[in-house]
Amino acid sequence: MTQELIYSVTGIALFAIGLFGLIVAGHIVRKLVAINMMGIGVFMLFLATALHGPDTVDPIPHALVLTGIVVAVAGTCLCLWLAISISKLDNEKRKNPQQ
Amino acid sequence: MFRNLELVEADSNRSGLSVGALWFCALLIAVTCGALIAAIVLSPKAPPELAALIASALPRSGVENPVTAVLLNFRSYDTLLEIAVLLIVAVAMVPGRTRVSGSRAATVNTDHNKDPMLTDLVRWLVPIAVLVSGSLLWSGAYAPGGAFQAGAVLASACIAVVLAQNHSLQWQSHRARGSLVIGLMVFVAVAIACVAITGTLLQYPGAHAASYILFIEIALTLSIAATLLLLFTCLSTTSATVERSMDGAKTGHPA
Repeated sequence: MTQELIYSVTGIALFAIGLFGLIVAGHIVRKLVAINMMGIGVFMLFLATALHGPDTVDPIPHALVLTGIVVAVAGTCLCLWLAISISKLDNEKRKNPQQ
Repeated sequence: MFRNLELVEADSNRSGLSVGALWFCALLIAVTCGALIAAIVLSPKAPPELAALIASALPRSGVENPVTAVLLNFRSYDTLLEIAVLLIVAVAMVPGRTRVSGSRAATVNTDHNKDPMLTDLVRWLVPIAVLVSGSLLWSGAYAPGGAFQAGAVLASACIAVVLAQNHSLQWQSHRARGSLVIGLMVFVAVAIACVAITGTLLQYPGAHAASYILFIEIALTLSIAATLLLLFTCLSTTSATVERSMDGAKTGHPA
């Protein structure tokens, strides 16, 4: 129970820090870091619910979190790539303000 | 890598909220978290019915590790969709989207000044990483491990090779494109074969479940490693170009 509670509370705290960061941050890369932090909090909370006793562990949350981590990495990379594309367009606009 | 990535020129680190609004947000988040913690402490625990169900079905799944059994047998549909998501991201980011040319996935840089430290490190590290990756893939059947962990280790080995700059990757080549899609291709092929043999999507024929799972996992490892490598190289090269163009902008138009 104590172990599970520690992981749950840590997960919720990570989610809260991420949510606050998402609201406060202005830069898109900071926002992405914050969203990732929220995701890690959710994963941790989900994993904490998998523990049912000293010997019984529910493997479904473990499998889903493993899937989730890979998808989160892919999503983050796509977001970063879009951010870089936006900044490229911004730079071009800055160089040629007439267009 | 992203130090020149500024999307808003002025005041790019703050959202422009007033101090009062920030305190209000913090208070709101704190209250929500308190409610969440209370909900977790007070709510009764769901009985582990699924865990018991999986434990009883494990001998028929072909593997001994329950997480691998869930990922590649009981809920393999999730894994199929996940590798599809990875492929979609790879297609969105791959350079030279529709062009396919050449067959070599990597070429040797001859004009590059070799960094002796990195070259030697890669020479020692990469074979070990490949061995660890294969071992993780194999041990996924009975211990923590499997295609994702193996793919991540393999991708990190490839990233070390790329960072040493003695080789450059050719994402336009047939082999590189093939390694990106092979995971989904094999998975879909097995799914269709399962329909033909047993009549149900991704229901492996009883006695051969282990070999089907291993076959899918090998393809998944290759695809995951290739996709992660593609994500890394795309991000690092595009941000390097941005930095270079920004430097050019700075020297070209002095403020």
